[in-house]
Amino acid sequence: MLGKTANGLFWMYRLLERAENTARLIETGQRIALTRLDSGQDEWRSVLQSAGSLDQFDASRDELTKEAAIDWILRDRSNPSSVLSSIETARQNARLVRTALTHEVWEATNAAYMSARELLARKVVERDLPGVLGAIRQRAALVRGMTHGTMLRNDIYDFARLGTFIERADNTARILDVKYYVLLPSASAVGTSLDNVQWETILRSVSARGGFRMEYGAGAGPREIAQFLILDKRMPRSLAFCVGKLHDNLGYLDNGLRRPGPAQLKALHIERAYLSHDIDAVFDFGLHEYIQKVLGLLTELSGQIETDFRFYE
Amino acid sequence: MDNTRIFDEMWGDDTRLRAPYQGFHTWFDSEDPRRLRAKQREAEELFRLTGITFNVYGRAEAEERLIPFDIIPRIISDREWSRVTKGIEQRVRAINAFLHDIYHRQEIIKAGRIPREMISQNAAFEPRMIGVSPPGGVYTHIVGTDLVRTGPDEFFVLEDNARTPSGVSYMLENRETMLQMFPELFSQNRVKGVQSYPTDLRRSLSACAPDATGGTPVVAVLTPGIYNSAYFEHAFLADQMGVELVEGHDLRVVDGRVAMRTTRGYTPIDVLYRRVDDDFLDPLNFNPESQLGVPGIMDVYHAGGITIANAPGTGIADDKAIYSYMPEIVEFYTGERPLLQNVPTWRCSDPDQLAHVLDNLGELVVKEVHGSGGYGMLIGPTATKKDIAAFRRKLRARPSNYIAQPTLSLSTVPIFARKGLTPRHVDLRPFVLVSPDRIKVTAGGLTRVALKKGSLVVNSSQGGGTKDTWVLED
Repeated sequence: MLGKTANGLFWMYRLLERAENTARLIETGQRIALTRLDSGQDEWRSVLQSAGSLDQFDASRDELTKEAAIDWILRDRSNPSSVLSSIETARQNARLVRTALTHEVWEATNAAYMSARELLARKVVERDLPGVLGAIRQRAALVRGMTHGTMLRNDIYDFARLGTFIERADNTARILDVKYYVLLPSASAVGTSLDNVQWETILRSVSARGGFRMEYGAGAGPREIAQFLILDKRMPRSLAFCVGKLHDNLGYLDNGLRRPGPAQLKALHIERAYLSHDIDAVFDFGLHEYIQKVLGLLTELSGQIETDFRFYE
Repeated sequence: MDNTRIFDEMWGDDTRLRAPYQGFHTWFDSEDPRRLRAKQREAEELFRLTGITFNVYGRAEAEERLIPFDIIPRIISDREWSRVTKGIEQRVRAINAFLHDIYHRQEIIKAGRIPREMISQNAAFEPRMIGVSPPGGVYTHIVGTDLVRTGPDEFFVLEDNARTPSGVSYMLENRETMLQMFPELFSQNRVKGVQSYPTDLRRSLSACAPDATGGTPVVAVLTPGIYNSAYFEHAFLADQMGVELVEGHDLRVVDGRVAMRTTRGYTPIDVLYRRVDDDFLDPLNFNPESQLGVPGIMDVYHAGGITIANAPGTGIADDKAIYSYMPEIVEFYTGERPLLQNVPTWRCSDPDQLAHVLDNLGELVVKEVHGSGGYGMLIGPTATKKDIAAFRRKLRARPSNYIAQPTLSLSTVPIFARKGLTPRHVDLRPFVLVSPDRIKVTAGGLTRVALKKGSLVVNSSQGGGTKDTWVLED
């Protein structure tokens, strides 16, 4: 496969994952805003932070209002990570790697693009927001479904998966990074009503409420949430799950080589050194420092993948 | 040539339905126009979803556009088609012989059939091809001969398109769309298939692999990139052939071969189906500014390390000034009378012919010798006085840059308009594959249709549309 194609696949899936995650962040933010009368701007500030675009927002917009925040991360083209920008760039990459995709995947991607352009052509009024966000997540899910259902399990698929899981791990880590303080043990063990809302926000942001309830029931607190989102290998958005997948796919790509490549070794290192202990070790290390460390390692891993597989000249 | 009567391919010169359209007509008569209108919209949706778009140069905002598709097929009988095919084969054979000759012994010049300066002074003549024999002796691996029709058996070649003809993806997708929307039509009519084109293309290209090839030839399509107007087609063909789609920056010369950068290092390419122009192919040998090509590819080519399809320098054969010599070229190399007619052409480089052209601008079509895509041409009968005056000045300033032809009364085929069937002018581009042992013309081709009433300009960049083209089995 061409290095350029590997690069295009990686980014196509990374950006589709990003669009979906960002849409989910907005949904969560909106829900908090509606159910908690005192939430206000802070909540939107942390949504922007989790989406990784607060600095750019501050630089290009005057006032942080709910409308401005939603518009910025949903459809502003000057924000390269807005849902619309992500989908447009994902589709641009799909055109670039058209020969590596099945007809079904290409059409689902193109349809996602066409629908996003239509839905996001104008400012989305509050009444329409749930429908629009739902449609976008569904479109992204359709591409994923077509990918599972029609693509060969070869190197093309591996690069698609690498893009997906780098982005997903990054997204989960950023949400934890923004909200780490509500998970610290110093917070009340039982949890005030404020804590409860914050915890729920975190779980919602990664579509983990159902899974968490199934596993822990209603009475669990921050320690369990951290355990679930960081270390639980069955939870498809946890750091351990994502890095495990990265390691697997790098392993398939290296299959046939005499020894694993640098990227695979890096993934293995993250797994062994940071994701194989219990949650107490994480808290001992310092939750904030730990998340920062993992975020840094994920960026390094992404760079190593670029180098190993000759994404660029 | 009769310039007054227009031949309609469905109704002929009068109102008697022509034979190839009988089956279709019966079906059409029993259809509810409302259903057909819905189908027409559905077709557009299908094209949009598949992403069959073209980029319009000089229009940043309307970056990707659809070529309008008309659901009424253009239908050609087996008998008509086999005549066309024989004519195309003859012409393509002659073109390849001509190219070999002018880059080697130049017998046709020595025989006095073409003036020497027509070749030596021609910008499309490629000195770096002198003495070079491409692998398998094939110069034009892919040809898209543009034909127009003026009567039941009167076909004229308008252009030979021997460089990098485009449009084949529309031939294939138009058929795909028709199959999906009107399957019953294909049960009722015996329509020859076009869908083997990508497989045929790959086989034909592989058959032209250079001696350096080890094992199965590695084929790749070279595109100028995602912003090129025909990018969709480049990706489409690479996908359908199951080969890599590469850009200049994916390639480099490694150990005397042109190789592509893969995730595991560099892999040599045997046959490069390039969709970039000669000028941009090799910055070391041609345009040094080019970002689209591969430095040193021409040296590899000269050493027999790669097949470039079509070969560099084939532009001399579809140059519009050379076009007027095609009847001589066909006779000279095949010893036969040309089976397909040439449109009478005045060469404005000749003072007498220029004078005639200037006197009759209002009735002629004037074309730039090196122009394409319907740009930079004058259509006398529909042009304004101002346009004609402007062209007169251009012609006087650079006469050798132009040729002129009579306006042919192109045949019409009905399109499906709001009020039902209504005739519009069409042309036809069949696609031809050339390998060392055979010339294959796909049964069908791209029919372009001028959607505006009375218009003769079928180019997609100028408001033209396309139709599915059927060749019926006998």
